[in-house]
Amino acid sequence: MIAIADHGALLLIALMALVTLVTRFGGVLMMTFIPLGPRVEGFINAMAGSVLIAVLVPIAVEGDPGARLALLATGAMMLGFKRPMPAIASGILVAALVRLV
Amino acid sequence: MSKRYVVPSLTFAGVRQGFWRLLPLSLFVAAFGLAFGLAAVQTGLSTTEIVLMSATVFAGTAQFAALEMWGAQVPVLPLLATTFAINARMLLMGATLYPWLGQMPVGKRYGSLILLSDANWAMTLNDFNQGRVNAGVLVGGGFALWLTWLVGTLVGMAFGSGITNPAAFGLDMVLGCFMLSMALAGRKNLRTIAAWVVGGLAAYAAYRWLPENSHVIVGAAAGGLVGAFWVERQS
Repeated sequence: MIAIADHGALLLIALMALVTLVTRFGGVLMMTFIPLGPRVEGFINAMAGSVLIAVLVPIAVEGDPGARLALLATGAMMLGFKRPMPAIASGILVAALVRLV
Repeated sequence: MSKRYVVPSLTFAGVRQGFWRLLPLSLFVAAFGLAFGLAAVQTGLSTTEIVLMSATVFAGTAQFAALEMWGAQVPVLPLLATTFAINARMLLMGATLYPWLGQMPVGKRYGSLILLSDANWAMTLNDFNQGRVNAGVLVGGGFALWLTWLVGTLVGMAFGSGITNPAAFGLDMVLGCFMLSMALAGRKNLRTIAAWVVGGLAAYAAYRWLPENSHVIVGAAAGGLVGAFWVERQS
């Protein structure tokens, strides 16, 4: 426990910033110790897309109808037109409209 | 290792280009800066503390989680463990950029990563995969996100009460829709789709049954294993 009186809060914030910076640098730093063969390359390439999907899973399964339909709209627009900005805009618009009614 | 990984360029023009490309999205993300500024004031953090947190931590989800644990006494290790667990996805994001960033001089390599965040990572990786190896997207885009996050925090602290519910405007979906669009913008083949399915199912299982915040790591690792064992034939 750290009491936030005096400068405790600032210390906590500094520690949080440090931990976060470790996560920003750590991935690249770890990779410098791993030889980049075809398997490792395959792993990090497949991981890249899976990070995106994994982030979306809780929204897709536990989100309200607005959130789910927003993802659906963005997905459909991306498959149809392959342009990110209109796809994102449609998603946000759908979420806002669904929540309005 | 194949030869297709080019050393990324890092120039002022490239950084400026990255800044402008991510500024529109950043403005939406800033709505969460507003929400954070307001929530932090209500939790009882001082002005200095709030500004310092947004400026130095610069990780929205972790900052909101910190507010939930804030009080007269703050449990240090749980707070830091939560911060690490939520931000651990950036370890993975950084690793995916390594084939390119690893070829830069150490100073520029880690300098480019200081403002690593979800949106500038996704855009940078997409660009890299398409042969546009401009590390300025990471740096400039990160700066756009950082600046709008900070300004959003300040505005939220000052006039928070007017804009308490970004979700009503669909703004909570900005990052999710962006991530989805980036996933779908990339090159897709049977192998990628298999990785997504395995990763998605693993993430779901972790979300249901494993400790909080573990789903991204678990899903990404599971998807990665598909790629490790189903190796693409080099043409």
